[in-house]
Amino acid sequence: MILTQIAFYLFATVLVLSAAMVVSARNPVHAVLFLILGFFNAAGLFLIAGAEFLAMILVIVYVGAVAVLFLFVVMMLDVNFTQLREGVQRYAPVGAAIGVVLLAELVFTVARWQVVPHPAPIAAGNGLPPGITNTEALGRLIYTDYVFLFQACGLVLMVAMIGAIVLTLRERPSAKRQDVSKQHARMPADTMEMMSLSLGAGTTGNHALAAGRDGFLRPHDGYGAVADEGGPGVRAPEDHEADHHHGA
Amino acid sequence: MAGLDRIARTFLLTELLGGLATTLRYMFKPKATLNYPYEKGALSPRFRGEHALRRYPNGEERCIACKLCEAVCPAEAITIEAEPREDGSRRTTRYDIDMTKCIYCGLCEEACPVDAIVEGPNYEFATETREELMYNKDKLLANGDRWEAVLARRIELDAPYR
Amino acid sequence: MSHFFLHTTLGLVILTVLECLAILVPLLMGVAYLVLAERKVLGAIQLRKGPNVVGPFGMFQTFADAIKMMTKETVIPSGANRVLFLVAPFLTFLLAMIAWAVIPTNNGWAIADINVGVLYLFAVSSLGVYGIIIAGWASNSKYAFMGGLRSAAQMVSYEVSLGLVIVCVLLVVGSLNLNDIILAQRHVWFCLPLLPMFVVFFISALAETNRAPFDLPEGESELVAGFFVEYSSLAFGLFFLGEYMNMILMSAMTSILFLGGWLPPVGIAPFTWIPGPIWLIAKICFVLFMFIWVRATFPRYRYDQLMRLGWKVFLPLSLGWMVLTAGFLLATGLLPTTTPHAAAIAASAQTPPAVEAAPSEGAG
Repeated sequence: MILTQIAFYLFATVLVLSAAMVVSARNPVHAVLFLILGFFNAAGLFLIAGAEFLAMILVIVYVGAVAVLFLFVVMMLDVNFTQLREGVQRYAPVGAAIGVVLLAELVFTVARWQVVPHPAPIAAGNGLPPGITNTEALGRLIYTDYVFLFQACGLVLMVAMIGAIVLTLRERPSAKRQDVSKQHARMPADTMEMMSLSLGAGTTGNHALAAGRDGFLRPHDGYGAVADEGGPGVRAPEDHEADHHHGA
Repeated sequence: MAGLDRIARTFLLTELLGGLATTLRYMFKPKATLNYPYEKGALSPRFRGEHALRRYPNGEERCIACKLCEAVCPAEAITIEAEPREDGSRRTTRYDIDMTKCIYCGLCEEACPVDAIVEGPNYEFATETREELMYNKDKLLANGDRWEAVLARRIELDAPYR
Repeated sequence: MSHFFLHTTLGLVILTVLECLAILVPLLMGVAYLVLAERKVLGAIQLRKGPNVVGPFGMFQTFADAIKMMTKETVIPSGANRVLFLVAPFLTFLLAMIAWAVIPTNNGWAIADINVGVLYLFAVSSLGVYGIIIAGWASNSKYAFMGGLRSAAQMVSYEVSLGLVIVCVLLVVGSLNLNDIILAQRHVWFCLPLLPMFVVFFISALAETNRAPFDLPEGESELVAGFFVEYSSLAFGLFFLGEYMNMILMSAMTSILFLGGWLPPVGIAPFTWIPGPIWLIAKICFVLFMFIWVRATFPRYRYDQLMRLGWKVFLPLSLGWMVLTAGFLLATGLLPTTTPHAAAIAASAQTPPAVEAAPSEGAG
């Protein structure tokens, strides 16, 4: 028991300290790293509370994915602190007002909050049969009583995802794209032609041009490029091809 | 039908498995390499390895301090100082090669009118410190004494093509 | 004697430390010989001999390399963030080690037999990216940074399909406990009924451990050495160790989820004589051989192809197979309803929880 208490106070202290460092750290990357430390300690607190599933999900989702993307973005930012500080005096009143509102809300919540209101039912697992792990207990609650809320959360996330894609997707018709299945479907016979030529005849004879095949080892299609129809990168004139073959 | 065949091949990863089968087959083939420190490949008489200063059979050093090698060296690895000896002959007092600079082009050997500086067949002269690669005259002459038999034979073998 | 170890706090602590040593010492030796085996197998496939001079068959080559590495100078670039630069390799090494706490080596043999074992493994393996991304950023070098960013994007992408594959297995088992997952494969290993998922898992594991053909974070030909360009000496050694330990960990995960862990191939006499840990080690070795074999066979992916494979091929495939698995289990009534582990807990509720105390101690 004493070990658990020591662990609790350790996790709680580090959590509060790292949370304080998140807002006070000068370097944004350090701030994100402190945030990750905070997540870890929160996971530790969940473990002590016996909610190992929540602890692991916190680590997997927040530390393993979300915070990585935070870090990803923050590392690529080139933050200029003097520039950031310029507007501080102008925006300080607004920030302070928001802070006061949040503080007031916190005070109201905490004032009404009882520490462990009904310890007995929680310990008894809210009427679940004994031997049920908390993973299963969570599942039973989420997929029965709260299934609509759960699905609604999913929908909100999907809307956010689609929104992000719609906002950032740029159609660039000039871009060449790779079509892997088309490349796989290419056979040697589709792309090149072996010709037996008489000595010195070259490959640009009239009959070859008429047939539309002025050489060998010449790709017939544009490797799946979208810009086949007269895009800027496409070499159309036969003269160019002819020069190339004479050179070779 | 051909499309179906292609889809089946894609999903059954036939090409990946084919590649894996090839490498597995190669794993049991006899090895193509030499077991190096115990087996060594044949060297051409023109192989350019560690340098050596040769002597005449009577023990007189060949080098006459003409400094052609110093002049031709593209890496400027050779430093020579010369003075007349007591008997009046022109000899080097200093002949240094910085082996960390040397590019083993063999131009010093080509330039030498008396076949004094040569590049021998030895390529196993790795050292633990850089200082050991700053060769001086004593080291080069010692190399020459050590490899003389081989060096003479190699020059003889290469002579018809010079 | 057994009373001291199982019923006193001090005894439990000593026991846990001994258990950790029993896992980590063979693990470190395993890394040393994995490196040697990789060089030997790659050599054999490329018609070379591989290291064969230091000791019989080159057995001491890795130790010679380790001594060489430790006697080198630790260079810290002048523009680097010193603390993070040195934290990153230790983080990689530490994460590669702590994951082993939950790996069962025989029926119920694990330092911490926790009931969310799979999630723990998944969490720890998803944290591996931090060592890399912090190293990339703290080195203050563009190659290292590019390597770190590539690695972050790659690992996050492949974790998605990895997670869905694990969900498929969990659907069949009905428990998050690793021991239960192995016990559920008594009749048939999951690599047969879930073969496509086995393949997806293996390929994602390659991507997750930054192994060829997905070794873009290191990508010698374009990024010199990627995220660890600036590292030397012991710091580099820790990265190296961590990377190979992660390889062994992913192989252990593959063996546990799909190849029946410590179970023999068939539960009849000659196979059951060989103890479970040997079977587990044999399976891990097999998967590790696959890792090396794949490295020797396939060229490196281009980065956009890597992303395409992760998001456009593996994600729909594993998601679809998950729905298929769930549908099949529901339709045939095979969906596990009560978990084996829960039943075990209910059964052990009558007996004094002597053995159950050890896992909770290790889990903290």
